[in-house]
Amino acid sequence: MAKKRVVVVGGGLAGLSSTMKLAELGIEVDLISLTPVKRSHSVCAQGGINSCNDQTRQLGDDEWKHFDDTVYGGDFLNHQPPVKEMAYWAPKVIDLMDRLGVPFNRTGEGFIDRRRFGGTLYKRTAFAGATTGQQLLYALDEQVRRREAEGMVRKFEFWDFLGPIQDASGRCRGVVAQDMVSMEIRAFPADAVVVATGGCGLVYGRSTMSVFCTGSAASRCFQAGAKYANGEFIQVHPTAIPGSDKLRLMSESARGEGGRVWVPRKPHDSRAPRDIPDSERYYFLEERYPEYGNLVPRDIATREIFDICVNDGLSVDPERMCVYLDLTHIPKAELDRKLGGILEIYEKFQGVDPRVEPMRIFPAVHYSMGGLWADYVRSHDGGLEPGAPRNHMTNIEGLYAIGECDYHYHGANRLGANSLLSCIFTGLFTGPSISNYIESQSEGFEDVEASVLSDAVSKQQQRHDHLLSANPDSDENPYLIHQELGDVMTRAATVVRKNDQLQNAIATVNELHERAMKVNLSDTGSWSNQNVIFAKSLQDMFPIAKTILQGALQRDECRGAHFKPNFQKPSLTAEDPAERRRQAEEWCDAFEANNAKYLKSTIAEYDCSTMQPKLSYEDVDTSLIPPRPRLYGLVGADIIEEVWKERAKAKKDGRDLAESTS
Amino acid sequence: MIALDPAEKKRPEFIKVRVKRQDGPGKDPYWQLFQIKYEPELNIISVLQRIAALATTSDGKKVAPVAWDCGCLEEVCGSCTMQINGRVRQSCSALVDRLLEENDDELVLEPMSKFPVIRDLIVDRKRLFRALQRVKAWVPVDSYYDMGSGERQLRSTQEQNYPLSQCMSCGCCLDACPQYGKIELEQREGESDEAFQARELEAFDEGFVGPHAISQAMLFNNHPTGKALAGERLDALTGPGGIQVCGNAQNCVSVCPKEIPLTTSIARAGRATTVHMIKKWFDR
Ligand SMILES: Cc1cc2nc3c(=O)[nH]c(=O)nc-3n(C[C@H](O)[C@H](O)[C@H](O)COP(=O)(O)OP(=O)(O)OC[C@H]3O[C@@H](n4cnc5c(N)ncnc54)[C@H](O)[C@@H]3O)c2cc1C
Ligand code: SF4
Ligand code: SF4
Ligand code: FES
Repeated sequence: MAKKRVVVVGGGLAGLSSTMKLAELGIEVDLISLTPVKRSHSVCAQGGINSCNDQTRQLGDDEWKHFDDTVYGGDFLNHQPPVKEMAYWAPKVIDLMDRLGVPFNRTGEGFIDRRRFGGTLYKRTAFAGATTGQQLLYALDEQVRRREAEGMVRKFEFWDFLGPIQDASGRCRGVVAQDMVSMEIRAFPADAVVVATGGCGLVYGRSTMSVFCTGSAASRCFQAGAKYANGEFIQVHPTAIPGSDKLRLMSESARGEGGRVWVPRKPHDSRAPRDIPDSERYYFLEERYPEYGNLVPRDIATREIFDICVNDGLSVDPERMCVYLDLTHIPKAELDRKLGGILEIYEKFQGVDPRVEPMRIFPAVHYSMGGLWADYVRSHDGGLEPGAPRNHMTNIEGLYAIGECDYHYHGANRLGANSLLSCIFTGLFTGPSISNYIESQSEGFEDVEASVLSDAVSKQQQRHDHLLSANPDSDENPYLIHQELGDVMTRAATVVRKNDQLQNAIATVNELHERAMKVNLSDTGSWSNQNVIFAKSLQDMFPIAKTILQGALQRDECRGAHFKPNFQKPSLTAEDPAERRRQAEEWCDAFEANNAKYLKSTIAEYDCSTMQPKLSYEDVDTSLIPPRPRLYGLVGADIIEEVWKERAKAKKDGRDLAESTS
Repeated sequence: MIALDPAEKKRPEFIKVRVKRQDGPGKDPYWQLFQIKYEPELNIISVLQRIAALATTSDGKKVAPVAWDCGCLEEVCGSCTMQINGRVRQSCSALVDRLLEENDDELVLEPMSKFPVIRDLIVDRKRLFRALQRVKAWVPVDSYYDMGSGERQLRSTQEQNYPLSQCMSCGCCLDACPQYGKIELEQREGESDEAFQARELEAFDEGFVGPHAISQAMLFNNHPTGKALAGERLDALTGPGGIQVCGNAQNCVSVCPKEIPLTTSIARAGRATTVHMIKKWFDR
């Protein structure tokens, strides 16, 4: 049997689970990563990983409900067959991670302990202290090290993936990558390529993500012709600690334990917070939502905090947007008991004791639901067909996308603790698919024409050399352009989106892109030149940034994380029951009409000559669970729901009748 | 840790940053002084970001930006280790306001001392990962197929293992260990990359494995399935560069940013290797 070789780009949870599974199937793997894989961004995840389990089952939970919660949370933009498959695999994924030695927290009797996360009624989330992502990643890293010791895996760490190699037929035959130390650029021929390169938070300047999350790898595939889907769906977390280098996550439990959110009424009041009397403090969540106060749901908290800083200009700090999250009214002993761990994080990085001084927090970009478009094959029972070569293959033959950089699983909004799951699941599940794809090919990695490889390398070498020398007179600095890009994106395309702002942002980003193509580097050396690596990833952020903006502009609706106040669905106003019922009918008509138009994946293709994405729309497979409205906090929700259920039932009866007569 | 009263914080106008630079392996190191504007709440990463954006020394000379390594920026990935004011630590959690309390004159940044410098503050830590291979720091499962859950584990076992499992391979402990010497080889004229790599791994495997790897060996020897390789791990720890090299100076444990009980692991490993050797002697 001929040797098989796959290149896996990225060694987070997705890339490592893919690598170990492929190695188990007898396929050699070249694993390429910007950083030693053990340091990948997945280490940052704290909360946990979801699956239904023995305990929740006895309370009425099952895989189908996990599937339902996921698509409901995603506002039905998720493709249902892959989500269903993932939910049914979830318990098996946790079992495997348990066998691999992940130190999950235990119950007194020694079972895996579970906690409850947002968007569900069940305690599905397994966790390992406050470092679940780190623990999962390490378990996979250890298996890959084992395969490395056996000679099945070669690691190329501190290598930057520059692009896929395609032959004349368009099939992906390997990748070009650059050694970030010696700056050598070389080809890695392969039978198939897996891209598992994570999110793109750095397009927003600072986010809760690691510095590696530039999206550059996905962008390089996008520029090579791969489709990018649902780019505009970016999740923002309401409470992060705005550092000058990173926005670090602050757990929502701080609000849960009685934290009060406020700003001084006087813009940029320079007094220390404790010197500002109560009457001059604006507890805006409590005033605007007397019923829920500081405990409004995640998306509302996010929008209000954003609004008070951006539109009302009431940020605590004029230079760095933030509001106070105040715990100082709670006795210290109580705080230590309930919130000890997370307050230590604040103290460690801010050098300020949140028991004495209110914390400064602001929403932060956290997760990218969109990513490289990839195919799948639906099985007869509505899941995925195991081993089908097209599962997770992008539109470039032989190029696969998995993990945070794919787009199927989280729809318009990701549920907490579902991402670690989708990453490991996609890595494991695609192993046999890739193996079967390779079996079906007549030419393998050893048969790639030398000119195909050398052309791809010389194209990248030209780009590299050009960057080092082309703009000696320009004073464009990549770091400053990155800051500007981050500012524009954060203002226009995070929490609240308005068409005029998006249009302005598109114009600005177009200009920044042109400037970024003319950067002048302060380091033109040929040894470990971080300057040129950064400049390339900066340039490659623009195709993604433009796709996010254009997608957001064209989507005139509210769905999940994408919120446009001008296209919000109204509450019911009538008091009279008959009139209220009529309004509810109208509401449901409008909802259906909106879904007919917008319940679609946004598909972007990049045109390198115009440097612009072209958008089109594709149907979503919602055949298993019909879409239903999310009515949280809406006046008249009860009656709308009633009408909706009647309609759903009528539709179902109609279908059943049709089936029984056919 | 008690927070400073904001009014008492030292707020100089500028911060002087002295950086030990080196253009590449085998090149001579040299010092450069940078000056950046003071801002509250800076950490060393943001200082380096400011220096990268400026790329000018304090006397106005244009220079190549300082190279350094970082990742998560929240002290879980282990990338950003360096010597700051003479002490090895993570630069993402090193806060300038605190450092100025120690030394209000300037910040001094140097690369780690026990690993070959690649450039400026970036070092090559391959040897650290190689040590994890030496002690087979993994659970030897049969397969990645669905075989049901792992063995049930007592909460006390989890509580013993979890702290060890938080080791982020930063190498602070190695840099501080008096027994861990630097291993730096040069590629010979005409030597292929593969041959050089093989020679390098051989040299690593003769050197001290280091406290982080000893601790990982203890972690996996305490796992129901990981135990299967306990003997092989103990063999590795009794071979050349094994646990006998440790002089019990305890420097490692005092610098570990994750407060991993390294000396406890070393003591456990010491006992286990002794028993292991006696057993082997009787089994001969
Ligand atoms: C603070 C935080 C907390 C979170 N908490 C949770 C949680 O509790 N539960 C949950 O389910 N999810 C959580 N998430 C989300 C989850 O952590 C991520 O979605 C997930 O880890 C992504 O894994 P991945 O394997 O797709 O990519 P990553 O872990 O991001 O890995 C990407 C890999 O690609 C490589 N790479 C990237 N670009 C290139 C390139 N150009 N060349 C070569 N290599 C490249 C990198 O080196 C890296 O190895 C959290 C996210 C954040 C930011
Ligand atoms: S206790 Fe051993 S490993 Fe730790 S610093 Fe001392 S000699 Fe090194
Ligand atoms: S034991 Fe501590 S100091 Fe040593 S590598 Fe691990 S985390 Fe770093
Ligand atoms: S950047 Fe990850 S530990 Fe400092």
